[in-house]
Amino acid sequence: MLKQQIDLNTVKKEYQEKADALKQRLIICAGTGCVANGAMDVYEALVDELKRQDLNVTVSLQKENGKAEDGYYVSPSGCQGFCQAGPLVTVQPQGWLYVKVKPEDVAELVKETFVRNQPLERLLYKNPADDKIYAKQEEIPFYRGQNRYVLGDCGLIHPEDLDEYIAKDGYLAAKKAYTEMTSQEICDTMIASGLRGRGGGGFPTGKKWAFTLVEESEKKYVICNGDEGDPGAFMDRSLMEGNPHRIIEGMMITARAIGADEGYVYVRAEYPLAVQRIQRAVKDAEAAGLLGDDIFGSGYSFRLVVMEGAGAFVCGEETALIASIEGLRGMPRPKPPFPAQSGLWGKPTVINNVETLATVPMIIHQGFETYRKLGTEGSPGTKTFALTGHVVNTGLIEVPFGATLREIIFDIGGGVTDNMDNPDPNGFKAVQIGGPSGGCLTEEFLDLPLDFDSVRNIGAMVGSGGLVVMNRSTCMIQVAHFFMQFTQNESCGKCVPCREGTKQMLVLLEDIMEGRADQGTLDLLDDLAQAVLLGSLCGLGKTAPNPVLSTLKHFRAECEAHIFDKRCPTGQCKALAIPEILADKCKGCTACIRKCPVDAITGERKQPHVIDPELCVKCGTCAQVCKFNAIVGV
Amino acid sequence: METDTKLRKFGRVCEIVDKYDRNPSKLIPILQEVQKEYRYLPEEVMTYVATCLDMSPARVYGVASFYANFALEPKGKYVVHICDGTACHVKGSGAIKEALYKKLKLSGDKPTTDDLMFTVEAVSCLGACGLAPVMTVNEKVHGQMTAESAEALIDDILAEEADNA
Ligand SMILES: Cc1cc2nc3c(=O)[nH]c(=O)nc-3n(C[C@H](O)[C@H](O)[C@H](O)COP(=O)(O)O)c2cc1C
Ligand code: FES
Repeated sequence: MLKQQIDLNTVKKEYQEKADALKQRLIICAGTGCVANGAMDVYEALVDELKRQDLNVTVSLQKENGKAEDGYYVSPSGCQGFCQAGPLVTVQPQGWLYVKVKPEDVAELVKETFVRNQPLERLLYKNPADDKIYAKQEEIPFYRGQNRYVLGDCGLIHPEDLDEYIAKDGYLAAKKAYTEMTSQEICDTMIASGLRGRGGGGFPTGKKWAFTLVEESEKKYVICNGDEGDPGAFMDRSLMEGNPHRIIEGMMITARAIGADEGYVYVRAEYPLAVQRIQRAVKDAEAAGLLGDDIFGSGYSFRLVVMEGAGAFVCGEETALIASIEGLRGMPRPKPPFPAQSGLWGKPTVINNVETLATVPMIIHQGFETYRKLGTEGSPGTKTFALTGHVVNTGLIEVPFGATLREIIFDIGGGVTDNMDNPDPNGFKAVQIGGPSGGCLTEEFLDLPLDFDSVRNIGAMVGSGGLVVMNRSTCMIQVAHFFMQFTQNESCGKCVPCREGTKQMLVLLEDIMEGRADQGTLDLLDDLAQAVLLGSLCGLGKTAPNPVLSTLKHFRAECEAHIFDKRCPTGQCKALAIPEILADKCKGCTACIRKCPVDAITGERKQPHVIDPELCVKCGTCAQVCKFNAIVGV
Repeated sequence: METDTKLRKFGRVCEIVDKYDRNPSKLIPILQEVQKEYRYLPEEVMTYVATCLDMSPARVYGVASFYANFALEPKGKYVVHICDGTACHVKGSGAIKEALYKKLKLSGDKPTTDDLMFTVEAVSCLGACGLAPVMTVNEKVHGQMTAESAEALIDDILAEEADNA
């Protein structure tokens, strides 16, 4: 039986008619953050309330359903980015954004919004900095500073509605690639666009495709790397959950560009919703004839398999990921040969990151010239970042390359917070960029325009896009230790420099944190870092020393305080802490004096006591027996 | 009788292996499905899978022990994951972990309670960093946790279990 080819224009027209017949639309953010805060309860409460008010409510614009004249459409979306303020509800076409919505707010929300036709002020976003209230999403400082080029549709469209994706010009780029362009033309367009891989390396995507195109083989593969293992990063997750068709379209174009007919989407096991959404999207695309044989009547085939990872960070590395798909232990192998020459089952393979693939359809659709207008010369386009840590507005953001950290952290992020989550104008200490392969940057780099090359020049990495802001109470040695612990845990053990080197570096860092270090420790750490950097097999080991080296470089004084003065300036390192009795809290009860095993505490009854740091063994007994919480630093 | 249940047990494994056409390269999805069935990978089941796929048990064990998501020991009814990714770490996930370890008398070396009720594990990044610190209980995400709210969550589960008992 000949399969009917899908007519994108008709689908678009039909969807548009339905959407135009609607009166208003409510979009409930159903990203992981908002769902954890109860977004689905809000969704149900809204549908119930609209029904109760006898308003014509619909929860789906699928083909089978008729038009909802003057109706209200309630739909979920992927992550809208502003996770801090969730659950989020957007009202279209007005563009109002309600924040922190609870099911009990729903009755009032419906009455104000739909019956009285005005925004419910109490649920609008209020900027903590100046108490100003914003009705429209686009005016809120968090959104105003961004350019949501790749993420845009993520928070708008229904992630499980293929028709809506098509109505937003989806699959037009794939159609163009399959029916109007040659493989060479697609590769040339990508090279001209200057798109660089978003998985961390920043390798030019067009070049990678061109290398694979020239390989002669009957079978080639495309792989989407959705393993996103960097702690502190969730951009790829949000794209897979919020706009899965975009990734499929990107993979279709890649396949056409290199001559592949089969593809794999490898998704991290920790992302069950992403797995489910991609699987659903693949099924819908197959049913519509977008995947399968004779795509758009071109004679070409493309099929997709979704595979769930099994929990190994190193599987994000391309050769390890390939081993994992083949059913082996996910261990990297030396390159060359590169996957372009010998990849999955020895066949030429292109492996690209989720965000890279999501950018591809837009470049084909709008042309590379339009794309190049964004970003910098060497790094065109935009980059998504997961902004987290001690910052007022945490969430998922997107800015053009060339934006500065100051714009991101202070304008979009709303500034730094203290440990109680209150804004702290002088609280900035560092920002960690690039995860376990990156580094911590200090205040002096806040005005540096961010792009692949500028960040690499200062010893860090744009990486996949985690930005973790740290306030002044964070101990940077502990942060370096944290990353070392991570890479040491995740090292697959295949090569010695990485397996043993990371372990020894971890021990040296512990020596610093626990007061056993001297100049020798520092020199050894430096030597070892160089050895691991140069000697490791894959990117995991090659970049593992970065967090330590950047800390040694940018936070020299803090390191030296730990090593030479045996003092942790932030008081976070327990072993270096010097217990102290707060005179204003001490009642002089002598309980601590009696319990101290080394008689290090002295003082008269009813007078504040003092601890002799020379005698103290930091056992913490005094703090335990003190009824007045007068003892700090243990 | 005992062999009967055992046969039935392996029958399910058989179905899973057949679903993947006994294809050795599908070892990981096969083990994932088998683990869904048993909630861990018992040794005899791994040996059985190896026979079905015509590979050595060592190869199956090698894969099972490499990936963090395969459990070689039984897990508790409630699997609690405390995120210790960067964002959660700087927002104090350590204190939450310590509180739960203390409450349930567990540690990094002993992650599961003797009554097989709870397994507590620290994991890196659950991908909900905007809500740091984060923990999940059987994959349900709980954000902006504190040591107290984490303990309260455990108490709620215990109370519910007591009600059902
Ligand atoms: C240890 C390690 C972990 C990696 N993790 C990821 C990851 O989670 N996601 C990703 O897209 N790329 C990851 N990469 C990079 C991939 O090896 C590969 O370069 C990338 O997927 C290529 O896609 P791109 O050109 O679109 O960036 C990792 C690399 C290393 C060395
Ligand atoms: S660091 Fe905890 S969810 Fe990402």
